[in-house]
This record gives sequence, structure tokens and C-alpha cells, in this order.
Amino acid sequence: MLRDKTVILLGEDVGKFGGIFGCTKGLQAEFGEERVRDTPISETAIVGAAVGAAITGMHPIAELEFMDFIGCPMDQIFNQMAKIRYMFGGSMKVPVVLRTPAGSRYPVACGAAHHSQSLEAWFMHVPGLKVVTPSMPYDAKGLLINAIRGEDPVLFVEHKLLYYAKRMASLRGPYPTLIQKVPEEPYAIPFGNADVKRPGEDITVIATMMMVHKSLRVAEELAKKGISMEVIDPRTLVPLDKQAIIDSVKKTGKVIVASEDTKRAGVGAEIAAMIMEEAFDYLDAPVKRVSALDVPIPYAPALESTVVPQEKHITEAVLELVGQKD
Amino acid sequence: MHIAAPEIGIVGCSGIAGAGIPIAAGVGLSSKLRKTDQVCVSFFGDGASNTGAFHEGMNLASLWELPVVYVLENNLYAISTPAVRSSKLKNLSDRAAAYGMRSAVADGMDVLSVYQAVSEAVERARKGQGPTLVECKTYRFRGHHEGDPKKGETYRTKQEMDEWEKRDPIIRLGDKMIKDRKATQAELDAINQETMKEIEDAVAFAKESPSPKPEDVTSYLFVSER
Repeated sequence: MLRDKTVILLGEDVGKFGGIFGCTKGLQAEFGEERVRDTPISETAIVGAAVGAAITGMHPIAELEFMDFIGCPMDQIFNQMAKIRYMFGGSMKVPVVLRTPAGSRYPVACGAAHHSQSLEAWFMHVPGLKVVTPSMPYDAKGLLINAIRGEDPVLFVEHKLLYYAKRMASLRGPYPTLIQKVPEEPYAIPFGNADVKRPGEDITVIATMMMVHKSLRVAEELAKKGISMEVIDPRTLVPLDKQAIIDSVKKTGKVIVASEDTKRAGVGAEIAAMIMEEAFDYLDAPVKRVSALDVPIPYAPALESTVVPQEKHITEAVLELVGQKD
Repeated sequence: MHIAAPEIGIVGCSGIAGAGIPIAAGVGLSSKLRKTDQVCVSFFGDGASNTGAFHEGMNLASLWELPVVYVLENNLYAISTPAVRSSKLKNLSDRAAAYGMRSAVADGMDVLSVYQAVSEAVERARKGQGPTLVECKTYRFRGHHEGDPKKGETYRTKQEMDEWEKRDPIIRLGDKMIKDRKATQAELDAINQETMKEIEDAVAFAKESPSPKPEDVTSYLFVSER
């Protein structure tokens, strides 16, 4: 925002309150109410206004307070934001960054059905939209800067638990990988670049967002049993780094796709189909998906941890594929 | 089917009724932040004024005092659905009051009435006095789309259609100009001929232009792959 006056922020509670999770804290004080705007509860207008500003020279960053609300502005996202450039023969560009928190907040809080969803798969299906799903702070910063400095519409999905790690020992303890040293100076990470979070030889786990951290925990444990898990984070679902995935499949022959969204037609479905189409000969076993059960996310903690995929589900899947028993 | 010409300030249209209303607010926001005196004029119909997008876009434009003029062409039908079957309001422009927004009603069959109402609205917007909803009372002569059976007579009466056609705004303007001695019939005929030629030339240009190549189908998807 310092570097480029056309960057503006709009969303609910982003200004005075600093964002429901504190992401935009201090920005209104520094850049003023003209550039950091609190909006009414009007998701269609938030995204629509961002689109209108973007096609006339601005670089708006719009926030949808919870990804669960993304149904409201759907038309503005998939018909307007994603299609304007194509429909009008490249005569305009739509540099909107649409940020939104997603995912289960458990064990920090119980968000239940309307505050816990991971809906990124819906948007992988929209031509003209980039979909970014960082798992770690270093990636989040670089990818966000790339999104803002780019000229294309980006859906930037932030898993809520990433916000809490710094101040919650109960989260940092089991998931030390949520904490990372991040350079002060700006840097951009280009999209379409997966990151191998943990190299391995026996099995490939392609994981997104919080499932990266759960997978890494499982990898630590299974290493003690002599199982070498490779954990790859695609970082961006669109564009997807197919080559990194295929290279890993060539190496291990066994793949799990671990994502927090519901299984049916989810992130794993697309990635598994792609692997089958493009790396079938390298597979020693069918691709397994570790995802949420196809039910709304329950409120009761006992049920939530049954629906949302946990470490034990990853472990079960890995052991099955490498032919071992627990 | 949906066209834009940003080089002359036409930032597009949409197949989704009402979608342009919040987008227009954003265009107004952009003018305000870039400190230009540009005003965004957003056109939509009676049908679109019932959408959620209308509600949210109008509210935001009014709240933020954005330089937008919302032109509601009330031609009494949304495809086959009469306006009177879609809202209890006789004047759809009454809706502006719900957003604390100014409104105006213009005779959509009178070029000068529309010009007057919209000019005033544009002036207000330019001066930072916020948006206006201008409702133009008009009628749709043809069907909703080409191929609409009998030009829409399946849901309208021929009598109604004939009545409105007597008030053709272009013909009426021409008659007024001749009566006020602002133009002669010959001058008006020349304008008609010139305009027809321009249209015919445009059609010829389109027909003679090469088809896009299949390999170009992914052009213009993204500015950058990364």
C-alpha cells in the first residue's frame, strides 16, 4: 500500500476493527478511511465494487470475512471478476485480490457449519480465476505480494488456524511448522510453484493448508517406523504445479491427496484425476484421498474431529498404501 | 454478445441482470480515489431493480457518495414478466429513498426529458453530491430478443404496442426540431442515411473480418500465467 496508491482495502470490519482476525490491523490508521474502507454486510457489493475499481485502474483487495459467506457474491466472482477480461477480448484487466479465511478452527474454537468450510474446490472449477492456498507464513507473504502485484483476479484462501499460531501455545506445540521466520522486506512467490515441505522416498502426500501441518506431524512419527513420506504443498491450486506432482509420483509410485474440504468433487478429486491422466504408468496403487466427510461441519467437538480429517486419517491412508499395519 | 469499449469509456455489460450495479459503484469509487471528474452511468431495466445486486450496489453508492448515475429503463417488461407483477411500486425510482439517494423520473419517450434529468444527475455526481436514480418511463417496441414470437405479442397486446409506438422518441424529436425550425426534413433524412451507412459499414466490417483462430481460444484468460 506504500508502494502503490492504487491498492485499496474493502470489507467488513477491516478498517477500524483491523479485521476479524487482526489481519488488517493499523492499516486504516496509516492509510486513511479513503483507502481502507469498512463496508456494510454486502458481499455482492464488496466484490462488485472491487471489480469496478479494478477495471478502471485500481488494485483492490477485498475481504470476505469467512469463506462460508462466499455464496453471497458468487455471480460477481465467477461471472464478472473471472470473465470480464476474456469476454472483452483482453481490453480490460481485473486485478482483484479476494482474501478470505477458511477451514476449521478446532481446537481453538468450534466454528460449526457456517464458519468452518473449505470451498476452494468450487473455484478451481472457474476458468479465469487464480486460487491460492498457502499453508505457512513465508509462503503466505510471498504469494499475497505476488497476488497484489499481479494483474489477474485471485482468490486468496487463508486457513484460520494460521492466524492463531503465534499466540497459542496449544497450537504451536503440536504444529511447530505453523511458526516461521519471515523476512521483513517484500518478496513475491510466483504462482504455479509447489513446494516440497518434506522430501521423501516411499510415498507422496500432496497436502493443502492445515493438512500440510498434519501431514508433517504424521511424517515425523512414521519416519520412526522407517516410512519416508514426501509432503508436497501445491501452494496454488490454480495454476497447479503439475510437474512437481508428477515428478514426485514418478519417484514414489504412491499418492495421497490430503485436503480439508469435503471429499466429493473436492480438491483431491481434481488432483487425483490429473495424476491418473498424466502419471498413470508411475502409479503402484490407486490415488487415495484424505478429506472431510460429506456432511456439514458439526458443532460438537467430538463430531467435528470425526468429520474434519485428522492425523490418524492420514496415518491410516499411508499405512494402507505402503502395505503396513498400525 | 456482451460488448465493451473501454477506450471510449464503455466498461462493459453483463448477461446477469443487475450485476453492473455494484460494479458501477466500484467504477465511481475509482474515479473518486483517482480524483478525476468521471461519472459512471449504469443502465439497467425494471427487472434488474428487483435483484439483490441492485439493493447492495445502490446502498453502497449512496453511502459512499459515489459519482454514479443509475439509469433505470422501465420499459414495463422483463422478458415476459410485467413490471406490475414484480413490484408493488408504481414508480421504481421510489426505491432510491430507501438508500437516502436522490431520484428523478423522466419521460423515456422524450429525448430532451431524459437529457435534462441525466445531465442534472451527472452534474450532482461531479460535484461530489452522490448518485441519483433516474427512472425513464419507456416501452420495448420489439421482443426481448430477436426470435421472441410476434415481437412479444404473446405476453402483450397489439393495442398496447401500437399505442406506445405512436410515441417513438426519435420521430417525435425530429418533428419537434422541424417545428422549432432547428432542422429541415432534408437534414434529418441526411442524418438517417449517414447513420444507416455507418451501420452497414460496421456490419460489412464484421462479416469480412476473419474468424478467430481456434488456437487463440485461451488468449485473454490471464494477463500472466504466474
